[in-house]
Amino acid sequence: MIPELGHFALILALAMAIIQTIFPLAGAANGNQAWMALARPVARLQFLFISIAFGVLIYLFLSNDFSVAYVTQNSNSLLPAIYRFSAVWGAHEGSLLLWALILSLWTTAVTFYSKRLPVFFVARVIGVMGSVSVGFLLFMLLTSNPFARLFPIPADGSDLNPLLQDPGLIIHPPMLYMGYVGFSVAFGFAIAALLGGNLDSSWARWSRPWTLLAWSFLTIGIALGSWWAYYELGWGGWWFWDPVENASFMPWLIGTALIHSFAATEKRDVFKNWTILLAICAFALSLLGTFLVRSGVLTSVHAFATDPERGVFILVLLGFFVGGSLLLYALRAPSTIKGGQFRLFSRETLLLFNSILFLVAMLTVLLGTLYPLIAEALGMGKLSVGAPYFNAVFIPVMAPVAVLIGIGAIVKWKQDDYKRVGKQLRFLLLASVIIGAALSMVFFDSHLFRTSAGIVAALWVSFTSIAALMSRLKHRQNKLIALQTIPRGFYGMTMAHIGFAISIIGITITSQHSVDLHQRMAPGDRVEFADYQFSLEELRPTVGPNFTATEAVVSVVKNGVHVTKLHSQKRIYTVRNMPMTEAGIDSSLMRDIYISLGEPLDGEAWSIRLYHKPFVRWIWLGAIFMAVGGLLAATDRRYRLKVEKNKTALVEGNAVSLKS
Amino acid sequence: MIKTGCFILFLLLNLSTLAADDPVEFSNPEMQQRYYELIDEIRCLVCQNQSLADSHADLAQDLRNEIYNKVLAGEQDEQIVAFLVERYGDFVLYRPPLTKNTWLLWFGPFLFMLIGIVFAIILIKKQSADKSVSTELNESQQQRLTELLEDDIQRDKD
Amino acid sequence: MLRYLLPLAFFFCLVIIFIYGLQHDPRQIPSPFIGKPAPAFKLPTLHAADIDIQLDDLKGNVSLLNVWASWCVACRSEHPLLVAMAKNRPLNLYGLNYKDTREEALSWLKELGNPYIESAFDQTGKTGIDYGVYGVPETFVLDKEGVIRYKHIGPLNQQDIDNIILPLINQLESPAS
Repeated sequence: MIPELGHFALILALAMAIIQTIFPLAGAANGNQAWMALARPVARLQFLFISIAFGVLIYLFLSNDFSVAYVTQNSNSLLPAIYRFSAVWGAHEGSLLLWALILSLWTTAVTFYSKRLPVFFVARVIGVMGSVSVGFLLFMLLTSNPFARLFPIPADGSDLNPLLQDPGLIIHPPMLYMGYVGFSVAFGFAIAALLGGNLDSSWARWSRPWTLLAWSFLTIGIALGSWWAYYELGWGGWWFWDPVENASFMPWLIGTALIHSFAATEKRDVFKNWTILLAICAFALSLLGTFLVRSGVLTSVHAFATDPERGVFILVLLGFFVGGSLLLYALRAPSTIKGGQFRLFSRETLLLFNSILFLVAMLTVLLGTLYPLIAEALGMGKLSVGAPYFNAVFIPVMAPVAVLIGIGAIVKWKQDDYKRVGKQLRFLLLASVIIGAALSMVFFDSHLFRTSAGIVAALWVSFTSIAALMSRLKHRQNKLIALQTIPRGFYGMTMAHIGFAISIIGITITSQHSVDLHQRMAPGDRVEFADYQFSLEELRPTVGPNFTATEAVVSVVKNGVHVTKLHSQKRIYTVRNMPMTEAGIDSSLMRDIYISLGEPLDGEAWSIRLYHKPFVRWIWLGAIFMAVGGLLAATDRRYRLKVEKNKTALVEGNAVSLKS
Repeated sequence: MIKTGCFILFLLLNLSTLAADDPVEFSNPEMQQRYYELIDEIRCLVCQNQSLADSHADLAQDLRNEIYNKVLAGEQDEQIVAFLVERYGDFVLYRPPLTKNTWLLWFGPFLFMLIGIVFAIILIKKQSADKSVSTELNESQQQRLTELLEDDIQRDKD
Repeated sequence: MLRYLLPLAFFFCLVIIFIYGLQHDPRQIPSPFIGKPAPAFKLPTLHAADIDIQLDDLKGNVSLLNVWASWCVACRSEHPLLVAMAKNRPLNLYGLNYKDTREEALSWLKELGNPYIESAFDQTGKTGIDYGVYGVPETFVLDKEGVIRYKHIGPLNQQDIDNIILPLINQLESPAS
């Protein structure tokens, strides 16, 4: 009975989504106030029904209801409760439900934080988001119902994929979806602006905080995925350029271009069409990612169990939403009024180059990801495009971004004097180069050129960001008050740029200076590696709730001083009979020591892999900085509802006092 | 999500029991480096989208052995790669060779970059062709000032 | 106006690629061997370690080379079809027993029937690598000169046999070819 309740809730949610699409959009088209007024309550109801469905699915997992096919395929009575909870989004059907839930969550958030916006506009935004929801709910109900029953009822389930039985995976998918489903808000705003023909910069101002928020979530989501892959896959890699990773990275790249383009559109009324296009593109890439991951057109280590019928359905959705919105763009964009003007050397120009570079970076990733498919379609045979390709082409494309960030922070809107800027930056450039080169020569003895290039770039970005902050304080008497008056958005930008620099350092040093050793070890064996002494103290059998394991205990000593004791397990998950490696990691800001247990060899010995990874934490630390920066910018005072209300009240108050 | 593909393939095709994961030993560090670079850039055919270095499949182990022996026997990288391509096709190469078929792949990004730059320059030229901007150097500063003042007023109110 | 249509045109191209992609399995890797002489091999037979079998033994007739192993679950579903095929018509069917043990392979044949004229015993898997084998079972069709004309990866089903394998054999056997 309970699964049917969930199913029924989904059907009701679909009904709400249909109403939410038709009435507000039609109402906005012919000025029917009552129809437009339906938008908010119906969107909230839709959220309520999807939440009920989601809650039911959680309940089914927690209560081990194996009469439901999805529960049987992804859970087991021995699975710990926390993983039974996260198993809800552990496979295709449930993660689609999570997608729908998050979409309706964002829509509901829009219903609450849009009081100031014109009624027509809000109705269109909510209507467009409703139509996306209709697509996904239909998809779920027609091809991927998570509540489908199974008969005969099996005695137990076939367990959650052991790779997903991990704390990192409990929050990674929700964060990721908050990110790329969050771009649906910007999409809704962009389409609403196109539909309504109000292509001034106001829509940019309204949707900018939403986009920043979604971008922050996406940043965290991607970083969590990378961190999870690092410790869970057991070979110390943190980014593989796998199609699934690329699918989440492409929206991030365009999202980054978008939040910068918003700045120019909002402040200076320029690049309006360009920003609209980026907003459509960001959400299009989210849909594209969903298609790539779930349709089976590409091979990935991470792929969902795929099904061509689902692929066709998502392709139809993709064609409808992206094709439709690009057509609308082609029809409406030509009538945009020309915005503010600027000279060649201005912040506008730099922001334009920024978004072009990120667009080029995205196209590069897209080209590499789809090239095997393109090559095959053109009859050029099967080929593979992997990490060596991406590393070779992506870095040259991104390098100019680091250079531009530094200049962009200093250059003024509209027009600036390159002599003035040159004077200001000359010293910083020199300092970055000298300090960067010196640091890499002191601390490293190989790959000097690449290492110093990375460090110089990171220093340049940080120095210029700080210089930009300082120049804001230059002519102020009281520096402390001045610091307080700097808008939060500016702090957010500075923080995100410094986060970018931190990630550059992490990526550069980890990829250039990580070392590893593949070693045969028996209990009692000792090995010298990367200035540390590793001794295998013992190998012991252990048992978990749903796995058996062999655990290696390795003590790590440096210069006679005990550093840590690491535990690495080779697990066999009993239900799926699947082997998994639990790495033993000792992490610090400057380096990780990472060991993973391989396979049993002859006698007592096992193969063990040891890794020394300097600065690897900086990659994710940088991502945290970027996300917090985005959050700060999203909550800048001018976006916050309360203040805006005050302002309106103030204006109205003035109007009243004038009248009286 | 994740890896089920590989796992299912494991079951279906059965390339088979767990591999012996013997560490390889080289007396020559240059050979060792070449070995690791090679297995890192060769795609495993069983657990697709893992390199030979990362894959636990039996075939991956066999191919690692094969490469190890060939490196020891003094074969050059090109010979070893040719050996693999002859058997499995270009598919095994994570770094696709530059041929007329991959021309677009390798130069595409720089082509995109070129198009982007040309597009930007045209756009900016069109903007700045209008001379009306040039007279007011101070307008942006003026605007900045107003913003700051506004912020101050706002802050006082808060 | 036209330039505003560019993004749509670009997207349209993508969709065409995806439609193509949906109709093709990314895991199917065409063998680079098609149209090339089969790699030479010389291996002991499964039944007798002291008797060798080599590629030349297959030449002269159109032949099938089926890669199998007793540990391979999918081979089990394919095997009865091979047995039936060998029973229904004269067929030059050879086996390549891949990374197996003699004992288990022989008892497997005993249990399920032996459709092969002979199986080569490739314990190390070296011949398998020479043939680019990556997913057992695999089936190669060789013409009279020992040139590989077709390769099937994974278990054969009746449709594959009726629609591809047998017509190809007939065509290759006809004197015209």
